[in-house]
Amino acid sequence: MVSHASISRKIFVVCNYVFLMALSLLCVLPLVHIFAVSLSSGAAASAGIVKLWPVEFTTAAYQNIFDKPQYFTAFWVSVKRVLLGTGINLLLTITAAYPLSKDSSYFRPRTVYVWIFVITMLFSGGLIPWFMTIKATGLMDSIWALVLPSAVPVFNVILLLNFFRSLPKELEESARIDGAGHFMILWKFYVPLSLPALATITLFSMVGHWNSWFDGLILMNNPDNYPLQTFLQTIVISKDPRFLSAQEAELLLQMSDRTSTAAQIYVAALPILLVYPFLQRFFVKGIVMGSVKE
Amino acid sequence: MLKFLRNERLPLHLMLLPSLAILAVYSYWPMAGIVIAFEKYIPTKGIFGSPWVGWRNFEYLFNLPDTKRVFVNTLLIASMKIIAGLIVPIFVALLLNEVRKTMFKRTFQTLVYLPHFLSWVILGGILIDLLSPSNGLVNQTLGIFGVQPIFFLGDNNWFRFILVSSDVWKEFGFSTIVYLAALTGINPTLYEAASIDGANRIRQMWHVTLPGIMPIAILMVTLSIGNVLNAGFDQIFNLYSPPVYESGDIIDTLVYRLGILQSQYGLATAVGLLKSTVSLIMIACSYFMAYRFANYRIF
Repeated sequence: MVSHASISRKIFVVCNYVFLMALSLLCVLPLVHIFAVSLSSGAAASAGIVKLWPVEFTTAAYQNIFDKPQYFTAFWVSVKRVLLGTGINLLLTITAAYPLSKDSSYFRPRTVYVWIFVITMLFSGGLIPWFMTIKATGLMDSIWALVLPSAVPVFNVILLLNFFRSLPKELEESARIDGAGHFMILWKFYVPLSLPALATITLFSMVGHWNSWFDGLILMNNPDNYPLQTFLQTIVISKDPRFLSAQEAELLLQMSDRTSTAAQIYVAALPILLVYPFLQRFFVKGIVMGSVKE
Repeated sequence: MLKFLRNERLPLHLMLLPSLAILAVYSYWPMAGIVIAFEKYIPTKGIFGSPWVGWRNFEYLFNLPDTKRVFVNTLLIASMKIIAGLIVPIFVALLLNEVRKTMFKRTFQTLVYLPHFLSWVILGGILIDLLSPSNGLVNQTLGIFGVQPIFFLGDNNWFRFILVSSDVWKEFGFSTIVYLAALTGINPTLYEAASIDGANRIRQMWHVTLPGIMPIAILMVTLSIGNVLNAGFDQIFNLYSPPVYESGDIIDTLVYRLGILQSQYGLATAVGLLKSTVSLIMIACSYFMAYRFANYRIF
């Protein structure tokens, strides 16, 4: 085939490579540019001469983050939230997906239960009743407000229940004859057999928790309880004056708002960039998983 | 009772209990809170003590000029995103499918997925910097060609375009892999048969490739119909400002301002209820259509 390729085919192949390369660069160049800005001097950044390589290289913007206790407080809230939230998500996803994966001939209420889960994906009370419920349950300003309301990721439950249904039934049946209970079967057979699926769900749950910012914004009255993305939202996007001390305002004059913003964006994105290679490996599986059905 | 306790299915119920409790409190209880939409809500009197006003909140809303604007904006932005989010990934997947070098394919995928995993706070910060009229990279580049600086995020003529294109920028990598998986699943003998019949590359694409990915494309579109009122709160909230409310204010941002900032709980809940109801109908229709046309079932 290739040896007989016509000239027009060759031209197409070259153009195709060039176009796709340009497209992929378009996706990363903005990130590279901001990274270069974060490592440039304030003067160079505000003069707008930084392109894709730092000008007058300095790490002042990053040092400024280290001098900012609020940034670390927020970072720590985010870490706690990711650990706690992902743990609870995973536990509830597994324990909900297992009974729901049973056949309705064996577990008759299954259909009703599945609908109870699915309805929450179809309809919701909206922002205000949700907000008032969390207020009424006394979670405002606590880490639980960021974890409990989203503790059951229904979409993941459905992904995992479909995955469970694709596992061979023979093992389970023989174990049941030997007298193993459901908790035992779940722990000894289902969990070990679905590790790739669980890894996918875990990683996505972690990214979700790390990235969410809106719940922190409305559920935390005290800015000390903000997770990092919320904190970043208030300083980078809304430029909330509450977070600018006099000393900081002076610092900003020296090194320009632009470099410090860029550095803070980078540190907040860093954990995602670190887990990204793993994410990517599980990514395809995650998409294929949902479609595996009997 | 004793018989129930000895039932071997009891553990199954127990496993579901914690999840059901969470859903009851944080999903179903808020649904009951919808009654606020029909009340003049007074915080001290609570949900069930506030005076009932019937449809008055809705009447007020329909007379508000903002309401029509946000519904139009929401529909426009969401449908533009759905259409662009369909065409771009299919186009890129078709081109990527022509690439034979695995290394190139893999690197390409790694690079284009990346924005999908970053939050709109981070991407919003990056976009604000890139699009800045004073020293942003985009305006500087345009300046080389003699274009005057454009305030992309503050200009109603540009704002929707920025919303749609930056959404495509963030998400097209994600959908591209779905289509690419469908493309690699097409039986190669179909191409051989087509080429023996004298079909050139273009005709093969038209008669083999496109029909091959049609089912998944139909599925993706029908499922996205449920999102026709989700114009992307996270994105817009982090990019908009009062000057571009005219072109960029959507239902969700209005609900936020009415409810959280101005504490007009009754009104905000009413807007939310309108949205949830329309969304429910759209989602129900789209799942039904996905089932009919693509034989897709969610569980």
